[in-house]
Amino acid sequence: MSDIALTSAPAHLRHGSSIGQPLTRRDGPLKVTGEARYAADNHPPGMLFAVLAVSTVARGRVLGFDLAAAKGHPGVVEVMTPVNRPPLAGDPDGKESPFAFRMDVLQNDRVRYPQQPVAVVIAETLEAATEGAALLAPRYEAEPARVGLDGAEPFAPKVVGAGNPASARHGDVESGLRAASHRLEATYETPAQYHNAMEPHAIVAAWDGDTLSIDTPSQGMALTQARIAGLFGIPPAGITIRSPFLGGGFGSKGLLNGPQVLGILAARLVGRPVKLVLRREQMYGPVGHRAPTRQTIRMGTDAGGAFTAIANQARTATSTFDDFIEPAADVAHALYATPALLTGHDAVRLDTGTPMFMRAPGEAPGSIALESAVDEMAEACGMDPLAFRLKNYAEVEPSSGRPFSSKALRECYAQGAERFGWSRRPLAPRRMRDEAGLLVGWGMGTAIFPALMFAGHARAVLKADGTGVVETGAHDMGQGAWTALAQIAADGLGLPLDRIEFRSGHSALPDAGLAGGSAHTATAGVAIDRAGADAIAKLAGLATRDRRSPLFGAGNAGVVARDGRLHRRDDEARSEGYADILARAGLGEIEGRGTGAADPAAQAAFAMHAHGAVFAEVKVDPEFGQVRCTRLVGAFAAGRVVNPRMVRSQYKGGMVWGVSFALHEQAVTDGRTGRVMNANLAEYHVPVNADVPSLEAILVHEHDPHVNPLGIKGVGEIAITGTAGAVANAVWHATGVRCRHFPIGLEQLIGV
Amino acid sequence: MNSFEFVRPATVAEAVAAASAPGAAYHAAGTNLLDLMKGGVARPTRLVDVNRLPGLDRIEHAPDGGVRVGALVRNADLAHDPAFSRRFPAVAEALLSGASAQLRNAATVGGNLLQRTRCAYFYDLASACNKREPGAGCDARGGENRLHAVLGWSGSCIATHPSDFCVPLAALGATVEIESKAGRRDVPLLDFHRLPGAAPERETVLEPGDLVVAVRLPAEAARFAAHARYLKVRERTSYAFAVVSAAAALRMEAGRIAEARIALGGVALKPWRAHDAEAALAGAQPDAASFRRAAEAALTGAEPSGGNAFKIELARRIVARALAMAAGGTPERVPALPASPFAPAPGASVHV
Ligand SMILES: Cc1cc2nc3c(=O)[nH]c(=O)nc-3n(C[C@H](O)[C@H](O)[C@H](O)COP(=O)(O)OP(=O)(O)OC[C@H]3O[C@@H](n4cnc5c(N)ncnc54)[C@H](O)[C@@H]3O)c2cc1C
Ligand code: SF4
Repeated sequence: MSDIALTSAPAHLRHGSSIGQPLTRRDGPLKVTGEARYAADNHPPGMLFAVLAVSTVARGRVLGFDLAAAKGHPGVVEVMTPVNRPPLAGDPDGKESPFAFRMDVLQNDRVRYPQQPVAVVIAETLEAATEGAALLAPRYEAEPARVGLDGAEPFAPKVVGAGNPASARHGDVESGLRAASHRLEATYETPAQYHNAMEPHAIVAAWDGDTLSIDTPSQGMALTQARIAGLFGIPPAGITIRSPFLGGGFGSKGLLNGPQVLGILAARLVGRPVKLVLRREQMYGPVGHRAPTRQTIRMGTDAGGAFTAIANQARTATSTFDDFIEPAADVAHALYATPALLTGHDAVRLDTGTPMFMRAPGEAPGSIALESAVDEMAEACGMDPLAFRLKNYAEVEPSSGRPFSSKALRECYAQGAERFGWSRRPLAPRRMRDEAGLLVGWGMGTAIFPALMFAGHARAVLKADGTGVVETGAHDMGQGAWTALAQIAADGLGLPLDRIEFRSGHSALPDAGLAGGSAHTATAGVAIDRAGADAIAKLAGLATRDRRSPLFGAGNAGVVARDGRLHRRDDEARSEGYADILARAGLGEIEGRGTGAADPAAQAAFAMHAHGAVFAEVKVDPEFGQVRCTRLVGAFAAGRVVNPRMVRSQYKGGMVWGVSFALHEQAVTDGRTGRVMNANLAEYHVPVNADVPSLEAILVHEHDPHVNPLGIKGVGEIAITGTAGAVANAVWHATGVRCRHFPIGLEQLIGV
Repeated sequence: MNSFEFVRPATVAEAVAAASAPGAAYHAAGTNLLDLMKGGVARPTRLVDVNRLPGLDRIEHAPDGGVRVGALVRNADLAHDPAFSRRFPAVAEALLSGASAQLRNAATVGGNLLQRTRCAYFYDLASACNKREPGAGCDARGGENRLHAVLGWSGSCIATHPSDFCVPLAALGATVEIESKAGRRDVPLLDFHRLPGAAPERETVLEPGDLVVAVRLPAEAARFAAHARYLKVRERTSYAFAVVSAAAALRMEAGRIAEARIALGGVALKPWRAHDAEAALAGAQPDAASFRRAAEAALTGAEPSGGNAFKIELARRIVARALAMAAGGTPERVPALPASPFAPAPGASVHV
């Protein structure tokens, strides 16, 4: 575990800090008592209920509705269709920025995917709106659906993911492969997956003239506010967003989506507040998903098992009307040392909603394929998979040659392997059985996720009574931002946690940046820390310039903020309380501002990633092929750990996703209609407790002086990577069967 | 809103009268029915709530060893009834392998028998489904059907019946007690559900208004208690419907199988009793060869209805294993992972 002696802490800080404490969630009591108010819990006076009518065809045109039936239904107030939908100032099919995704908000009669909203029924009750939507009975002119990775002509995208080049080359892969002693070429397939946050997408929207007030779960309030402003032609300042709690987001609540806009439009149309909540199956269309991938990996090693080349050509899918290309191949860029590296992507356009960032976008499907291939390569070399990975340990980032800002992956391998008992693993597959005769297999994978930062801002205030207020519009998707950011805030002001008020989850507060890319704690955290430092610096200025202060003249030596007092750095006995300093200066409060953003110079100089090593045990019934992941040990190094309890739960949650990726999760799509046939939580399988009986996350100490002033990397996504491949490799080790099609279904293992 | 009438009759006779009207449906725990109503798959105009009917929530153990279980007994309550699980351990194990703890606490015996198929096309109003709309066609054919039927299906419907509970009931010769306008009648569970044939919309022998009041297991079914198991292969360790399941019960005499009972779940539109397989075991040694022979017999006539050929061999292996487990003896308690291949195996390994 990371010890939290603040070695790289800002100069004004000393120990006694909140950072590093395994505090429980400060919002926990609210949540377990039902007091935490999620978006859909709001009922402003006069509110109406809106329900989406969604398309059942994947492609075509809406010819008409039974409007009379819907409107005539008791309680129905209005039906919104393209005909009467209030105008928008901005084009929902416009592309003002790469983060503005095209959306379906009744701009025309086109249908471009199943579950696309085609009308909105607004009624006095949810029941009336629901029945009204059923009565609408849209008629369609349907065209054949384009489904699956072979369902359309592939095209070459310009960029993948959030704007990475679609292909990358380093060295000469072909000659590397020619020169190799061992070669592998294998194709891996991953399915479409849907985020399936427990909390469905929801919005409560209320207009007052041209000002708009909304409650909606958001991982990016500022971007959402700006996009709404553009679409409706109103100033961002006139839009208030409250998003104190999210019941999970996983990327599907990051950017404004069509149903949110439809809720706002509905409120506009009827002149009353409106609530719109998606049904579970409606989350399988307009709010994003992870696209399927097919990755063809080629690798070669020399006789000693050192890579001579790694190549991954990935096929994925996007919608017919927008681009989000799952950057699956890119995970190879930073993982294993190789003189030659080639990654590329192509994609097909299908009649689906546009794919979207989903927890570890690119990294998750990329990692299961790459880690599987690495395992196959190790087998081809006759090497233990851990020894093989150590042999190919990247001392510098292979794609760029940059050194790593920090990389404690060796320690992750060592601690994880030790804890798991990896050294007792037989090399050959199908060698272990438990006392009941079940096949037992052990597999491993390397985890990696880039340490990203967005731009975020914060405000810190020291008040006359010696307490503090810290504000930033951060987003708590359940990961614990209310707690971890408050810990940073307390340290930033040199106050105990119970003497600060931490305000968050509201668009009127400083923009904390997007809660995505595992970057939120680093981004908002650094902003908060800088804001605190700014306030303390001003306070110190008052004290050290004032002859009446015991700190007078300490300017050069500096002061340390601790427990509500400033101490002379070179003589800690000389100190003064915040309240006294402010009182003497006759100030009611003192304000600091701070920004967190990536440092371009550091980014140019260093490759920045979190790393981990995951070890999995599976048991497989030899005759039935039913698989259970009986043990998972993950060891992760991600810079400073702000709250070990929250971090561990992020890792465990990610590891559960990894199990899900390898064994359970997939959207089952009808090849004829393009409709997802398991759009519900009974049939869209994710692991239940019995599927993850033993999960252990080890926090490996890592000190990173370059990544940002707090030394924080991200922990939200990394644990899916590594884990999924570890589980798949364990299945091979148990059975001797290489499954390259995920999730691994029992029919792949029963040999019939 | 979609208005429907909700009536709460005080007596069984009133319930039957109320439910005889066209468009009426009984409402028990609603764990299946309400989902179907929310999806628009079922649109009853009248719900007849059976939850307050007197006398339907009792488990009555007869002195001869048989049992009569009221239709309102909750799945969990039945499984945890000590006398019941001692006499009919495979039924308890099947019940505890179904759904989740929350659902088992609510779901009733009657509702479990009458739960509808999980065929995704049945639930999807945009798909053609003969069961939902007679004559519309069957979109499961040629669609996503890897979990569909391999036995007893027809060109008009390839769905399966999803109940776990019904599988050991079928093996053990349960009887369904039905109250109708004409009075009470008994129907063997094996005749209760119908195969699809040309009329998949007719799922059971119930006529409008017919109320299931109880399920009975005969005394002789308890004679299998020492060697009775349920085995359910799923796509996750818990909280999943069976890919294929089997109940196996043996009556052993002097080290030989005197009598065997076998039924399969997840293979057909009804719990599938394997009489031929049972016959093949009468007097046989309880060994792998006998069990495999029985398994072959159990799947006689099986045919894939789509991309599900793997289920046939899987079903054979499950039957053979369930028999081996039954031969090994009923464990003292239902294992912590009921009916799971991952349940800790008592005694010797059954995997070879
Ligand atoms: C997520 C999920 C997972 C599940 N997993 C499993 C599983 O693994 N294994 C399994 O076996 N089951 C499973 N089930 C199904 C569950 O067992 C059934 O939903 C439940 O048994 C139905 O009982 P109920 O009392 O809720 O019936 P209801 O939903 O109230 O009724 C179901 C049907 O039975 C009729 N009915 C009810 N009582 C009577 C009566 N006395 N006489 C005549 N008709 C009657 C109703 O009219 C209705 O048509 C699952 C269900 C869900 C939702
Ligand atoms: S298999 Fe049966 S239930 Fe499923 S779609 Fe066909 S007819 Fe309907």
